[in-house]
Amino acid sequence: MSDSDNIIEVDSLSKQYRLGQVSTGTISHDINRWWARMRGKEDPTLRVTHTNDRAHAAEPDDEFVWALSDINFEVKRGEVLGIIGRNGAGKSTLLKILSRITAPTTGEIRVDGRIASLLEVGTGFHPELTGRENIFLNGAILGMTKAEIRGKLDEIVDFSGCARYLDTPVKRYSSGMVVRLGFAVAAHLEPDILIVDEVLAVGDAEFQKKCIGKMQDVASHGRTVLFVSHNMASVSNLCSRGMILKNGQVSMAGEIDSVISAYMDEGRAISSKVLFDNKETAPGDHIARIQSVEVLDHTGATVSTVDIRKPVVLQMTYWDLCRDACPTAIFHCKDELGNTLFATNEFSASEWKEVHRETGLITARCHIPGNLFAEGRIIVLAAVNTYNPAVIHAYVDEAVSFEVVDHSAGDGVRGPHIGPWPGLMRPWLEWETTGVGPLK
Amino acid sequence: MKGPVPAGERSWRLVIRPRAAWFDLHLKDLWTYRDLVMMFVKRDFVAQFKQTILGPAWFVLQPLLTTVVFTIVFGNIAKLSTDGLPKILFYLSGNVVWMYFSGVLTAASNTFVGNANLFGKVYFPRLAVPLSLAISHVLKFVLQFAFLLCFIAYYWLKGASVHFTAYAWLFPLLVLLMAGQALGLGILFSSMTTKYRDLRFLLEFGVRLLMYATPVVYPLSIIPDQWRWFLLLNPMTPIVEIFRLAFLGQGTYSAWQLGYCIAFTLLSLLLGVAIFNRVERTFMDTV
Repeated sequence: MSDSDNIIEVDSLSKQYRLGQVSTGTISHDINRWWARMRGKEDPTLRVTHTNDRAHAAEPDDEFVWALSDINFEVKRGEVLGIIGRNGAGKSTLLKILSRITAPTTGEIRVDGRIASLLEVGTGFHPELTGRENIFLNGAILGMTKAEIRGKLDEIVDFSGCARYLDTPVKRYSSGMVVRLGFAVAAHLEPDILIVDEVLAVGDAEFQKKCIGKMQDVASHGRTVLFVSHNMASVSNLCSRGMILKNGQVSMAGEIDSVISAYMDEGRAISSKVLFDNKETAPGDHIARIQSVEVLDHTGATVSTVDIRKPVVLQMTYWDLCRDACPTAIFHCKDELGNTLFATNEFSASEWKEVHRETGLITARCHIPGNLFAEGRIIVLAAVNTYNPAVIHAYVDEAVSFEVVDHSAGDGVRGPHIGPWPGLMRPWLEWETTGVGPLK
Repeated sequence: MKGPVPAGERSWRLVIRPRAAWFDLHLKDLWTYRDLVMMFVKRDFVAQFKQTILGPAWFVLQPLLTTVVFTIVFGNIAKLSTDGLPKILFYLSGNVVWMYFSGVLTAASNTFVGNANLFGKVYFPRLAVPLSLAISHVLKFVLQFAFLLCFIAYYWLKGASVHFTAYAWLFPLLVLLMAGQALGLGILFSSMTTKYRDLRFLLEFGVRLLMYATPVVYPLSIIPDQWRWFLLLNPMTPIVEIFRLAFLGQGTYSAWQLGYCIAFTLLSLLLGVAIFNRVERTFMDTV
């Protein structure tokens, strides 16, 4: 039903990526590939398959991948829609199509208004130009006219807090200032529809607050916002409706609260062990590929539930394919809302750091002490990086998860207290209590 | 419930579909982004010479130094004819025109690959980038042309046999033609380099060779008749020749050649824009 309130209608939208035919960029590679095919060998340039369904990870003969398949939804004028889903669920593809960065394979999107999409702040900034020149350039890239920008210049400068450096080339700015200036321009766009990617919300806490505040502001002025994120905290703060993308399809849409709780129930389905047994298609590149990630208890058994007082071991096994690059394993522990509690790296093991080990299968274990996590579900991101420069070679978001349970036995952090205990973490800390003197 | 909205029920401001029609060039879109084109022009112009000592003087130094080298190599050592014109004027005029063409062609051919980062983050009509290049190079060209006029005035006062002809009225057309050609071919190449990066090297190399198939360092008149057709296939040939005829008084003009040049320009522009529009819709998937 086409409702006159609808500002966006998405109609059986699909996007297909053709893996075997992703161009290699040079004629010589294409000839190589053709020659391999002629001899009946495997395509030497075939990219790592990036299917949207982790359960059926990467069958190499899959030539086509549907990043989105048959998506239908409508957005009403003035609505703030949160689009949530795991990495690879198709969120960014949907975003790209809505922002007209790439075209859909089938289907149609009808839009009744001016769209501005913020996938990044400060897009197109030129380091040699001054702050003022970049405001005009960036504004024009985002679709503002010169007159519009001139009319808002004072507000933008005010908002950015960069007034003193307005005639300084941007290359002399600190990275924080660049982000502030970029966001200041974006914040003064006046589109009918604003599409915002969560990457925008990186930065310090104050800046995040500013972003969220500005988006709430935009929404309260009756404009439509599409917010893509997997941080449930900001989604539930900001959005009135939600939509879950899963394997390139809309798995649920509705009131934001019910959508979020459904999404978190799904999160419980992340198991405590994940295995990629094919070395060719496991997540990663020519430097490192992840074979498995597991949650173990102190006895070495795979567990999905951990006593809050007991240590837990995160174990990753990866193929180190290039020792000279010195890849190291990384874990991020996140809570259910997507907040990263902490990140930890294998190079914390000092004797391991500069050892020249053989290429091959490596197992890295991270020991997390008891009495550290709060109770609830912990979701683990696993990655393999190299540093100087920092490059991510392999990564699996939401690789494994486990439940931390507090039995309130009396010897935990909460002691004998029963009932809610605040905090994202629940570390066991040293207290020192002394009497200063008797009452006078 | 869902399904196509009956036509006429509602007019949507934007409909995103898998493929655009071949000649849906959305030039209207480009017009709404005209301020962006001008911002890009300014950026190209300003950013290029920041932190250089000589600044915009490079605009005239580049053709001047090339001209000096050409005068020594082709004029004094190889002793190529210059149609009786002062050598400096002959080479400078050829250089100014050629530098415009090759500059826009090579820069525009890098549109997709060089801006992949920007194009991956925000939508605007992609044609704004090569178009702004063509315009900023025109500004540069006008500066260089003014510089050439100073030289012409100097030689004229000294009594050399240079003079303007009525063909000078064709100047705006000549600028449009070389801009159109460079832009059309540039975006054609940029569309193809998204798939094959090799083409970029081929182009850079090819442009350098093409100069020798254009009457830049020699006049068309010294080419034997049986080979002249080959040179006339090059659509830049009539532009350089008419340009010299207009401002120096020596060169060749034929309505046929000019007509061919116009047809070639229109065709390359049309083809270039059509293919560019095809590629811009999905190039982020292949880059």
